[in-house]
Amino acid sequence: MTATATAHAGPAHLETSTGLDSRKVAIWTFIGSECLFFATLISNYLVHKETWLSGPGPFPHEVWKSPTGQVFEPIIEIPLVTLGTALLLFSSLFIVLALAGAQRGSHKALVGWLAATIFCGMFFVGMQVYEFTHFVHKGLTLHTNLFGASFFTLTGFHGTHVTIGVIWLITLWILALRGKIPPEKSLNLEIAALYWHFVDVVWIVIFPVVYLIK
Amino acid sequence: MEAHAHAPAAVHDEHSHPSAGLYAKVGLVLFVLTALEVGLYEITYGDHAGPFGNQVQPFFVPLLLLMSAAKFALVAMFYMHLKQDSKLFSGVFVFPLIIAIIIVVSLIVLMAYHFAFAKTG
Repeated sequence: MTATATAHAGPAHLETSTGLDSRKVAIWTFIGSECLFFATLISNYLVHKETWLSGPGPFPHEVWKSPTGQVFEPIIEIPLVTLGTALLLFSSLFIVLALAGAQRGSHKALVGWLAATIFCGMFFVGMQVYEFTHFVHKGLTLHTNLFGASFFTLTGFHGTHVTIGVIWLITLWILALRGKIPPEKSLNLEIAALYWHFVDVVWIVIFPVVYLIK
Repeated sequence: MEAHAHAPAAVHDEHSHPSAGLYAKVGLVLFVLTALEVGLYEITYGDHAGPFGNQVQPFFVPLLLLMSAAKFALVAMFYMHLKQDSKLFSGVFVFPLIIAIIIVVSLIVLMAYHFAFAKTG
């Protein structure tokens, strides 16, 4: 794949020892620390996989019969989560297109693609709220078993990150509507976009680990 | 601190981002990889699992992890612009990422070892 470079107006930079904008270094440092945060949550989920089948249910992929004879069917719904995953991936595409629009001064592209990103993010959060509610109705809560505890902790923290990202993007969208994100201030959107992509890459790991691997 | 009228070379490189066409191609590859992941799950464990699924089963987890890693790398390189941006950003991201992978693998190995002993007494 060949990277085709597009020249565009960049923001004015302050002189720093690295020659890089400090805000961008800061967001990358934050993202680095978040890698460790999610690594511990993913580890927690994986190491408990071995033990949670002793019960009580329900479980993601396995049928579980309680001593009282109650049968718990597998709880995971792949099609709905796949749709949420696809939209989250598309949202990453939409936000880079919004950023490209902001950098070349295209107000229409910035506002339009940013709105599409927000819609995808809101759908994902809605999907997760539905999924959590559905699981609770099926008898799985944070206290039911090790799967419930590790699942809700991992996906709940991710969902919180997505929610924060959506709120951040909505504020930027309002600013964009008012014409307050000119090309020289596009770094404000680039920083939010980096956070959004990170939320996306975390889900790229969580999706197969939690939903596909038995 | 004083504002620079002329961006230094390192800073200029930060802003040479890929074109919309390349972004769309990456998006298409990400979509196809996600479809392959779910398709692989369906033929191995899902409603459409058959004899072929049994043959694929030993490779299921490695294949999923491989596709997941490819998607992760594509987003990081092209959408997060690590391919074009300063190497400092790559370092700040990749170094903790390596530690994160070590943490996950170490804990899995440790717990697998623990359970192996717990089972055998």
